Amino acid sequence: MSTALEHPTYNYKVVRQFAIMTVVWGIVGMTLGVILAAQLVWPELNLGLPWTSFGRLRPLHTNAVIFAFGGSALFATSYYVVQRTCQTRLFSDRLAAFTFWGWQAVILSAVVSLPLGYTTTKEYAELEWPINILIAVVWISYAIVFLMTIKRRQTSHIYVANWFFAAFILTVAVLHIVNNAAIPVTAMYSTSIYSGAIDAMVQWWYGHNAVGFFLTAGFLGMMYYFVPKQAERPVYSYRLSIVHFWALIMVYMWAGPHHLHYTALPNWAQSLGMIMSIILLAPSWGGMINGMMTLSGAWHKLRTDPTLRFLVVALSFYGMSTFEGPMMAVKTVNALSHYTDWTIGHVHAGALGWVAMITIGSMYHLIPRLFGRTEMHSVNLIAVHFWLATIGTVLYIASMWVNGILQGLMWRAINPDGTLMYTFVEAVEASGPGYIVRLIGGLCWVVGMLIMAYNVTMTVKRGEGARQPLPQTA
Amino acid sequence: MDSGTVSGIVTGILIVTFIGITVWAYSKRRKPDFDEAANLPFADDDEQPNRDTSASPNGADSRKHKGDRNT
Repeated sequence: MSTALEHPTYNYKVVRQFAIMTVVWGIVGMTLGVILAAQLVWPELNLGLPWTSFGRLRPLHTNAVIFAFGGSALFATSYYVVQRTCQTRLFSDRLAAFTFWGWQAVILSAVVSLPLGYTTTKEYAELEWPINILIAVVWISYAIVFLMTIKRRQTSHIYVANWFFAAFILTVAVLHIVNNAAIPVTAMYSTSIYSGAIDAMVQWWYGHNAVGFFLTAGFLGMMYYFVPKQAERPVYSYRLSIVHFWALIMVYMWAGPHHLHYTALPNWAQSLGMIMSIILLAPSWGGMINGMMTLSGAWHKLRTDPTLRFLVVALSFYGMSTFEGPMMAVKTVNALSHYTDWTIGHVHAGALGWVAMITIGSMYHLIPRLFGRTEMHSVNLIAVHFWLATIGTVLYIASMWVNGILQGLMWRAINPDGTLMYTFVEAVEASGPGYIVRLIGGLCWVVGMLIMAYNVTMTVKRGEGARQPLPQTA
Repeated sequence: MDSGTVSGIVTGILIVTFIGITVWAYSKRRKPDFDEAANLPFADDDEQPNRDTSASPNGADSRKHKGDRNT
């Protein structure tokens, strides 16, 4: 990395490292997803080996896309945004470097331990206790770097994006430590200190807030910086952003029980989770509207700027999936949708449509600036990536809606004498076409990410050694 | 006091706090500060604008109309 790229004030090195790894882990995580989608169409693709079986690769896929791809993106953008809006350098270059190498070590241990079958069996918290301790150490270092940088700020205000990032960092620390409290038995085996319904409740308090704070609050921080930057106008309403922040923080914590409808969890807790999930629609849409309206008077930019298109379509998918979520949390809807592919479709509307798209839009804004350029190597390739990602997401969601409703209806259909109308395997068979469409959607995404990798490589190559921005090309 | 009463009181306190935050955020007194805060992403621009500035009316103009448009 040439020194010509070094910013006089800011630490861009760690931001560049995380930004590049965002693209790398995005390709790895999404490729794993495509392999899993293919295994559901052609089960023989598990090769008959334990290490490549669905049950072991699936947690690897979720960890890779959420914590490796999403996590690297959050580190990169939060370190960039906090420096630029506080107008000060990161608190400690060494500690920031430790968070980078520590986080990559966590991901590599997941890549090794999950296929080998080491798992706590807690969804999205599968990693075993030694890795959990490393995560806690890295995360606390992250909190120190981020919060101390805010403390050293040269500006009087703390910009709203930093509020969202700070809430995400602090809450994830609490969630991770509480949910992973366990008694180690051997070097790679532990048992949770909670039992029964309490264990389930703690797990989904963690699980839903991982969605609420890791995959929502953090990425809203991204939205509040990169949407105004790319649209070149301040956020629509700063007041609304404050109300948005506090409403989201206060409500999200209580929505977890909707993952446990019709289980051993007390009925009142299920109803509470349902009500709070419905209330969540208000702050979610408040934030979405605030982001969308930032473009008022700048809508014409969408014609020429595919990066802005990524950011705006991400907000649309955010609005869509935060409507779908509360609807699915209603117990009567959940009775149909739970355990079906509808849930997987909903998760990917959020994960691909919102999280990945806002990340990719932010990266297309961020990466050229980190490497001394004003634009990506090819704007046309961003447009190609945009269409692949959009079509891929739509194919994915639509096929899972069809599959989910089909499965839900087949499972509950009964004959006049009360026996089940269909066997389970008949529902699996009927899901086949949907799985093929989903695979095509996933392939669109991976091809888009490979195009992004090429575009980023060319941008980095051209940018090196040239701190001066190139003349603008038409 | 049973746990139901405690929950009720806590819920009440949270609602009042939230209404307080909303009133505070929308008070006229806060407007100049929030306008300044809303422009923080543009405060230290040492970089080139986006490529399509020719298409927008002009960058400087849009930044004069800062902050809320719903007052």
